[in-house]
Amino acid sequence: MNLQRRKLLGGTVGIATVGLLGGAANALAAPEDVAAAIKAIAGDAEIGSGMITLTAPEIAENGNSVPISVSVDSPMTDDDYVASVSIYAEGNPLPEVVTFNFSPASGVASASTRMRLAQTQNVVAVAKMSNGSVFSDTRNVKVTIGGCGG
Amino acid sequence: MTTRRDFLQFAAVSAAATGFSGGLSKAAATQTITQDDLLKFDSKGKLTLLHITDIHAQLKPVYFRPPSENYGVGAFEGIPPHLVGEDFLKHFNLERGSALAYAHTMVDYVDLARSYGKLGGLDRMATLVNAIRADRGDNNVLLLDGGDTWQGSYTALKTNAQDMLDCMALLKPDAMVGHWEFTLGADRVLEIVDNMAYPFLASNIVDTDWEESVFESTAFFDRGDTRVAVIGQAMPYTPIANPRWMFPEWSFGIRAELLQENVDKARADGAQVVVLLSHNGFDVDQKLATVIDGIDVILTGHTHDAVPEAIKIGSTLVMSSGSHGKYLGRVDLEVSNGKITDYASTLIPVFSDVIAPDAAMSAKIDEVRAPYEKELQRVIGKTEGLLYRRGNFNGTWDDLICQGMIEERDAELSFSPGFRWGTTNLPGQEITIDDLYNQTAMSYPSVYRLEFTGQRIKEILEDVCDNLFNIDPFFQQGGDMVRVGGMGYTCAPKQVMGSRISDMTLLSTGEPIDPKRSYVVAGWASVNEGVEGPAIFDLMENYISKQSVINVPKNDAVKISGMD
Repeated sequence: MNLQRRKLLGGTVGIATVGLLGGAANALAAPEDVAAAIKAIAGDAEIGSGMITLTAPEIAENGNSVPISVSVDSPMTDDDYVASVSIYAEGNPLPEVVTFNFSPASGVASASTRMRLAQTQNVVAVAKMSNGSVFSDTRNVKVTIGGCGG
Repeated sequence: MTTRRDFLQFAAVSAAATGFSGGLSKAAATQTITQDDLLKFDSKGKLTLLHITDIHAQLKPVYFRPPSENYGVGAFEGIPPHLVGEDFLKHFNLERGSALAYAHTMVDYVDLARSYGKLGGLDRMATLVNAIRADRGDNNVLLLDGGDTWQGSYTALKTNAQDMLDCMALLKPDAMVGHWEFTLGADRVLEIVDNMAYPFLASNIVDTDWEESVFESTAFFDRGDTRVAVIGQAMPYTPIANPRWMFPEWSFGIRAELLQENVDKARADGAQVVVLLSHNGFDVDQKLATVIDGIDVILTGHTHDAVPEAIKIGSTLVMSSGSHGKYLGRVDLEVSNGKITDYASTLIPVFSDVIAPDAAMSAKIDEVRAPYEKELQRVIGKTEGLLYRRGNFNGTWDDLICQGMIEERDAELSFSPGFRWGTTNLPGQEITIDDLYNQTAMSYPSVYRLEFTGQRIKEILEDVCDNLFNIDPFFQQGGDMVRVGGMGYTCAPKQVMGSRISDMTLLSTGEPIDPKRSYVVAGWASVNEGVEGPAIFDLMENYISKQSVINVPKNDAVKISGMD
């Protein structure tokens, strides 16, 4: 019986994670924390849209391992390239997931990774260009209990 | 377009039917519609697409009651397929009591079922397909199978779908896609696909390690002097709605970007017509038509919506061809200079009593069922009222299953999944093993018994409800609401997740569900591995057998709020 119960709950990564942290909702990051982190990257630059594309599933098949990829339109020359792309998960205990650093030698500015998502939330990707300009893209990824469709 | 003339031919029948409410004998009805009437069509161009979908392993003709509720939200409220009953009749200008009214709505369902008889049967389907192939020429017709073909009956379960494979081999589809197919497990699916005479397509399935395609995405055909690309789309949320552990290395999803790439590639490779053979569901495909460029026709399945003709969204035709073998979808295309210049479409109801069964298919169906026929016919009970499943919130078959689980597993509450497959028993009919498995035949049938807190029960209901009524169709998984036994609640489909479910009440005491208290819940079809408990078909056979007559009480435990 315990085994079944554990497995049923295993589908709900969000709830399991919160439980480990003592059920405290404030253990999770807030969108404001992510906004502050992005502000730290951008400085005074205005955050634009376009240029950067974040790809993520609409609904996670497995909240423990959600594949995402990001690509930025850039010639990647010495004069004009993508310096970095940072990924944030607004609803995770540790919202800063990863930062990819690029150089003109990278050729293209694209990267993929997998991340754990504690619950349904926004994932934000922020690209900083060599000229200091900043672009971002956001995807909402749903983490479900699942299991009653058909 | 289904023409006015086509409708009038059916209307001729309806006059007789309505003039004699309920008492019209089947013979009288069948004298008025003929096989030729069903096949009559103002054809267009040279190319014909035929679409069958969501047969759910129904080789024999069936009763299948259309839903009383099929709510749409947001942009999709009040438009096909979210019209039922009188609204459906009015929208499509169908006369009450007519053959099409019977095929498409639950209005006067029992009376009309007794008059018009069963629909479907793969041998009748074969007759229609072969007649259209003969009329149009084999080289001008594509037959496409939208999936959910290999699951849903006793024989499909016992033979690991070999019964369906043997019969479909005679029907000779040109391609197919999948959903419940995957619940046979990855090994069996690959074994079948490797030996099948036609491609199993999936643009949206990649392996979890490298995100590389697992199946072919596209098949090309030269038909009707046209190069046609057929791109396949599996049910995007199969690993969420069904057990992911059965195919752990495959990832699904809508993958619109990948689909656009495959459409562009098909065009670059010379396709003049691009067809998406889809198991996305009707609303997902309506949205997809607006975000993908270059698809001419979407043949959609999964949500079991039967719409009498294709709808046009931008320059894309969307045809939804129902379920359970009840209908054959037909889209004719006139193509000149690589562009579609005209089209016509219709959904042909497969009235089994007026179509001569195809002899070869009949013999094959008998052959695959023969080892099981005695068991299939075994009577386990009798129903006083109508037993059906389809509908957003409940059906009498699931009311019965929910009650059976509560009693057989000594639970306070029960959950039965919102599956859209499952046939209908008319009042007074006997219930056979065949009937029982038409509701329950699947590969993860264990009935669990667990304790959930009231809070957890609310979370589950909100979660499932959001899969059904999320305002963005890309988040809809295509099933109906989970059925709940022993509990009433109010549902507000237009609210957001977390705010749709209220007034949860334990029916046995009339008390509100306490978020902190634990409740003993029985349910089946858990997507988790290693679930313990009796199989739902065994449990229900016990439960039904104990009763001399099944009589499901009227169920108004779910109240709907905010929908007119």
